[in-house]
Amino acid sequence: MFSIGLGHYLTLAAIIFTIGIVGIFLNRKNIIVILMSVELILLAVNINLVSFSIFINDLSGQVFTLFILTVAAAEAAIGLAIIVVYYRNSGTIRVEEIDRLKG
Amino acid sequence: MIAHAIVFYIFSLIAIVSAIMVTVSKNTVNSVFFLILDFISISCLFIMIGAEFLGMIMLIVYVGAVAVLFLFVVMMLNVAQQKNEWFNSSGRSSHIPVGLLVSIIIFFELIIVIGGWKYKPDLLDSIAIEINTDLTNTQSLGSVIYTDYIHLFQLSGMVLLVAMIGAIVLTFRQRSGVKRQSYFKQISRDRKDGIELVDVENNKGVKIDV
Repeated sequence: MFSIGLGHYLTLAAIIFTIGIVGIFLNRKNIIVILMSVELILLAVNINLVSFSIFINDLSGQVFTLFILTVAAAEAAIGLAIIVVYYRNSGTIRVEEIDRLKG
Repeated sequence: MIAHAIVFYIFSLIAIVSAIMVTVSKNTVNSVFFLILDFISISCLFIMIGAEFLGMIMLIVYVGAVAVLFLFVVMMLNVAQQKNEWFNSSGRSSHIPVGLLVSIIIFFELIIVIGGWKYKPDLLDSIAIEINTDLTNTQSLGSVIYTDYIHLFQLSGMVLLVAMIGAIVLTFRQRSGVKRQSYFKQISRDRKDGIELVDVENNKGVKIDV
């Protein structure tokens, strides 16, 4: 309980990952919140990589975390740009009304 | 040791609660604020565990750039009034129990994997870059990403460049009715188009056709 090990960090990452998944599954209104849930999932992955890197004593996990940060920033920028363009074209970003593809 | 544990539990509790608030918050602006709080507490955990550089980079990149970008888009699209009400959404709400069930199953699968898991026996021989405790975290990362991982580093720079160009191209809008300077027209204009020599007769003047 009082000695924090790898399992604690992995459990924290699992909880945050699950909250991100729940946010994507259950949110039917707001697409920006869905993008934020994706950011939460990437954050959970980063926690996993960093804690493994520290507890195994191997630096390469932190290097990969750096690259995941890069990709997450690029993904957020592109996703928000797509949202802005969609809002400009159709006037709404409600998830229920984005059904032009009828998927 | 106990102080370490207490700090870990405080930060992880803040992180989990704010992650829940990100998904259930009614107001999108509040979601963004809780996302910022989540990133800050996780970066404090990173700094505590010994990955200082990544913790500070998380602060700079996520809190300084990504979260502010989210805030900017929320304010620009005026979705702050658009409530995020997935609990009391009328009509098609049959996805909520199934989604919760699938999420709980995913969570317990992850917990089972974490609980019954051991290191591979020859793991310690396969370590790529050992952490040198004489150097700081920033120094050791810097000595690695510019030598061993230089190609990946430059590739991530390319990813950022493509993302930047893509975002600009996506959101760029050419409005009609705005007078603009056209360099091509200015440069490709020659003397014959611009100047007309007229013989002026006496007492008649010139009819200027504009």
